[in-house]
Amino acid sequence: MTDAAQQHGQGSIAMGQAVSKSVAGEAIIVALPGAKAAVVALPPLAAKPLSARAASWLRAIAVNLLPPLLTVGLLLLFWQLAASGPQSSLPPPSKIWSEARDLIVEPFFWNGSQDIGLGWRILVSLQRVAIGFSLAALIGVLLGALVGQSVWAMRGLDPVFQVLRTVPPLAWLPLSLAAFRDSQPSAIFVIFITAIWPVIINTAVGIRNIPQDYRNVAQVLRLNQLEFFFKIMVPSAAPYIFTGLRIGVGLSWLAIVAAEMLTGGVGIGFFIWDAWNSSRLSDIIVALVYIGVVGFILDRLVAFIGHVVTRGTQAN
Amino acid sequence: MSYLKIDHVDKRFARGAATTEVLKDISLVIDKGEFVSIIGHSGCGKSTLLNIVAGLTPVSAGAVLLEGKEVNAPGPERAVVFQNHSLLPWLTVYDNVALAVNKVFGGVKSKAERHDWIMHNLDLVQMGHARDKRPSEISGGMKQRVGIARGLAMEPKILLLDEPFGALDALTRAHLQDSIMQIHAALGNTMIMITHDVDEAVLLSDRIVMLTNGPSARIGEVLDVRLERPRKRLDLVSDRTYIAAREAVLKFLYERHRFVEAA
Repeated sequence: MTDAAQQHGQGSIAMGQAVSKSVAGEAIIVALPGAKAAVVALPPLAAKPLSARAASWLRAIAVNLLPPLLTVGLLLLFWQLAASGPQSSLPPPSKIWSEARDLIVEPFFWNGSQDIGLGWRILVSLQRVAIGFSLAALIGVLLGALVGQSVWAMRGLDPVFQVLRTVPPLAWLPLSLAAFRDSQPSAIFVIFITAIWPVIINTAVGIRNIPQDYRNVAQVLRLNQLEFFFKIMVPSAAPYIFTGLRIGVGLSWLAIVAAEMLTGGVGIGFFIWDAWNSSRLSDIIVALVYIGVVGFILDRLVAFIGHVVTRGTQAN
Repeated sequence: MSYLKIDHVDKRFARGAATTEVLKDISLVIDKGEFVSIIGHSGCGKSTLLNIVAGLTPVSAGAVLLEGKEVNAPGPERAVVFQNHSLLPWLTVYDNVALAVNKVFGGVKSKAERHDWIMHNLDLVQMGHARDKRPSEISGGMKQRVGIARGLAMEPKILLLDEPFGALDALTRAHLQDSIMQIHAALGNTMIMITHDVDEAVLLSDRIVMLTNGPSARIGEVLDVRLERPRKRLDLVSDRTYIAAREAVLKFLYERHRFVEAA
């Protein structure tokens, strides 16, 4: 390290001398200021890579972060102005900050079973989504494979799917409560039934689009059904499957909030309903932000997994 | 007993009420170790015939017999090198060959033996260096090399090549033709190749089967190519037998069975 630095230093001194010599030599003919500028320009040239890289990083961050921050800032400002009047029915940001500060800054506090941080409530909701969505993903891919692979299965099942998928998630809840007689499995069932349709439909399209070449390869190799499913079908249809999963996880997150409002217990949906019943509007707004951020993260998470898993599948 | 026998094969495709007869009364006997090319104008049913031998397409009448046993389903003893390589894009070069080797030799060879066999076949087509690359990262000629390695690795009784070099540029094609000749000389495989390239057919084949134009294509002529092996591309240019064989095929294709639609 020190050796290299010394050499570097000597080098720059030598170069500096060389330049200053030429400056001395040419000073008689050419105007001095221009030659001097060349001498001064040397040290920054040597130091540029590090600072330049940092600068380009900073610029990239600024370019990506500043516009959304600016938008949010302007929205908050507009909101503050619009909701500040005495007649206003909704709280301005400043009031939310003073009323719901503990919810914002401390997501994971625990003051007894009913007074807990929003982070805990989100986790409970996420757990329900995880169970319901995993079931939907598993069964959706299997059913989608069946419908995509077999013409008869498609003729028989597709009309049923097309009708059922238009039923709004909450319309399933009463039936689900009647069947399971408990709120927890009912909420999970609502997630499941909401998320499964896009998974089925996208998987089926993906399977139908498997190139005949891959099927021929499988036939020549005499792959059995199970091998064909895992080695050809799933990887080949993976981009489609992940599109379905991404839509599915978004719908799950939409459905869980609504379902929890009705089923009660712990969870972000019920928290909103509870806050509404006790007129804590600030809490509701904080919860909405939580839901939005978590939904965004869920979407990006599935997209990221899809990106990693399907690497290479699309490029041919 | 003949090695491979194509016995009075007809193929008709039915679409609704209309049926098209693609192949009519095709009979051909191929010996072990023979290299046979099937040549004809596009659309005459060459690929259909190959798919019938592969078992991918069922016959309408007649039969295909390999060592006396009827062929009616695809199987690794009749490996196919597909026209567009058909490598699985999510697997590496190694894994593409491994998929075939593990399926065919899973119960017979140990893991180490299978690995050696995969590498042996990749080296045979000079693709050992690219074992960890994915198909999208290698050139068209390299993909086809891997396709050939995958076919050879199944240790097939007969290797079926469906216009294997059709999509490649002339130089790459020449390289691969040389590779195929070397492999054929070294291993003595029985091979059937579909092609529409006259020079390729004459250079590689022991016999050239010429199909007439469809519909109802039949075998118009079979030409024996009596050229010594190993054959050298440059020496053949002025070889009389080569020129005569080339002329015979060209005359068949462009005089007697001119493809009118292509004009």
